[in-house]
Amino acid sequence: MTSANRPEKSTGLRAWLLSETPESIWQARCQRFYLAWLSFSSNPIAMIGLVIILTLLILAILAPVITSGDGTSLNLPNRLMPPSAEHWFGTDELGRDIFDRIIWGSRITLYIVGLVGITVVPIGLLIGTVAGYLGGWVDTVLMRFTDIFLAFPRLILALAFVSALGPGLENAVLAIALTTWSPFARIARAETLTIRNSEHILAARVQAASTSRILLYHIVPLCISSVIVRLTLDMAGIILIAAGLGFLGLGAQPPLPEWGAMISTGRQYMLDQWWVAALPGIAILTVSMGFNLLGDGLRDVLDPKSGK
Amino acid sequence: MVTTKTTKNGGTGENPSPSSPTIPPVVKKLANFFFTVTLTFIGLTAITFIIGRVMPADPVLAIVGDRASQETYDLVYHKLGLDKPLIQQYLLYLWQILQGDLGKSIMTSRDVLDDLIRFFPATLELAPIATIIGLFLGVPMGVLAAVNQGRWIDHVVRIVGLFGYSVPIFWLGLMALLVFYARLEWLPGPGRIEVFYDGIVEHRTGIILIDSAMQGEWDIFRNAAAHLVLPSAVLATYALAYIARMTRSFMLDQLNQEFVLTARVKGLSELSVIWRHAFKNVLVQLITIIGLTYASLLEGSVLTETIFAWPGIGQYITQSLFNADMNAVIGGTVVVGIGFVGINMLSDMLYRFVDPRARV
Repeated sequence: MTSANRPEKSTGLRAWLLSETPESIWQARCQRFYLAWLSFSSNPIAMIGLVIILTLLILAILAPVITSGDGTSLNLPNRLMPPSAEHWFGTDELGRDIFDRIIWGSRITLYIVGLVGITVVPIGLLIGTVAGYLGGWVDTVLMRFTDIFLAFPRLILALAFVSALGPGLENAVLAIALTTWSPFARIARAETLTIRNSEHILAARVQAASTSRILLYHIVPLCISSVIVRLTLDMAGIILIAAGLGFLGLGAQPPLPEWGAMISTGRQYMLDQWWVAALPGIAILTVSMGFNLLGDGLRDVLDPKSGK
Repeated sequence: MVTTKTTKNGGTGENPSPSSPTIPPVVKKLANFFFTVTLTFIGLTAITFIIGRVMPADPVLAIVGDRASQETYDLVYHKLGLDKPLIQQYLLYLWQILQGDLGKSIMTSRDVLDDLIRFFPATLELAPIATIIGLFLGVPMGVLAAVNQGRWIDHVVRIVGLFGYSVPIFWLGLMALLVFYARLEWLPGPGRIEVFYDGIVEHRTGIILIDSAMQGEWDIFRNAAAHLVLPSAVLATYALAYIARMTRSFMLDQLNQEFVLTARVKGLSELSVIWRHAFKNVLVQLITIIGLTYASLLEGSVLTETIFAWPGIGQYITQSLFNADMNAVIGGTVVVGIGFVGINMLSDMLYRFVDPRARV
């Protein structure tokens, strides 16, 4: 490449990001993200999802600032008050402000999806890439193992796990993780199969790179984007299963303001005090919808193979 | 857009091993199929076995009570085979399942299998109706969205679909009860049938709609049908979302094919192009989707049945859970798991049967 067709040194950030000839790896990476962002932000549905998730994050972080208590303090004279200027979402059977509890509950929701996410992605990546790269009997054994977990209905398996481990937030997370990792292994394996014979892997192998190095530095990075898309789409399912477990009394235990458990207690008062059960449900619906919208948008950006 | 569940038996297709000429491919395929079925079954039971063993509650104490003498305890411990090695215990467990012995339920003190057979018809009544609702609304919605790709109707279908994926089903059930039963009083509340009709219809199939129709009890039939509306509609939201989404993406695939262009060039009406040419191919693909939907409804029924006090298998599992009735929970899990896998495999086979392209 000669200096003749290099564009003039750009001044603006935008020009730097859109330059045809990146001058460093750093610039090229920034450009890639910027282009992905451009395509992502032109998708209104995905942007709605992003806004919902960002709002959730901000509310969770600012919970101590927004709310007056920690959402568990009792105020019995004020029990079952309808929504008003003072209590936006009303109060529950122990006089706790439902708005406060929903805000604090967002931390529990994020805790669950976060913990499940950071558990299942490495497991799925490890099993999937190893199976896909090594092939042969390793592949057969690992994938049969994965298939068995895939074959089970998720909620029922999670129920059975929790019933064995005992109710509680940590056990619910463990049970959900155990039922969630298998699709990630499948996806990672499928991605690995398409790239394992490509030239850059061959080049690495010729340079005597170890198997673990090839897996970690050359294969895993290429699997990440489809795994992220799948994870975002799965987040909604994780939230719904967690809420279902909470509703059945098997997830987070009182007085934790978990949304599913809140609906469960609100159920008794539903006929006269609808807000106790209705509003946490709207919170669950909004957040899981947000993840679904975001996942849909990310898929269009990160996974061009999925087509239109 | 086809990303989520499609057929799950990958892993055999990618490595075409050099086939020996002596074994006909049909036999090989059958052998492969049975191998998969057996392996899945072994895996399923192994997982439930492990869950049963991880259980912190002592199965012996559950039987003898905590005031039993050490001798009684040891006797039961020995009788349950808990002193044998794990693998031997597992094989015993497998052997019992194959004989239909899922153990005794502590809650009802009957065989778990008998209980499950008693509770299953209620679930069986709910799931097909939800599937039918999903099909009748979801398929036209999917086709409409595909034909009007990118227009407002497509977005509406997409939002409805996302709602179905995102809504907590137990909450939707509660809200439906609140609005249509408590406030508007249009529909009856929880349960399968009004209490004063209970026990009038003779138990034949266990499916009240069929039993009452067979015995000419039309009042009861109407009452049972009215009770079905809310739970099946709630259960159908997921089915509807899934079917609409898949129909849309299948239909888009077809509409981009050349034969559709040919049909249009020939001057066929748009209606004929859509329904008689493109949709015909989608119909075949829908078989797999129906199977998957139906299987997922088995799962959705757990929460729906809890809300609507519907005496089905889902309610049986959750109630057993609260009573720490491990045999019943594990038994229910095994049966639902087998049903789930069975339906998936059946729809997979049916698809191969109907669509010659899938046989390759």
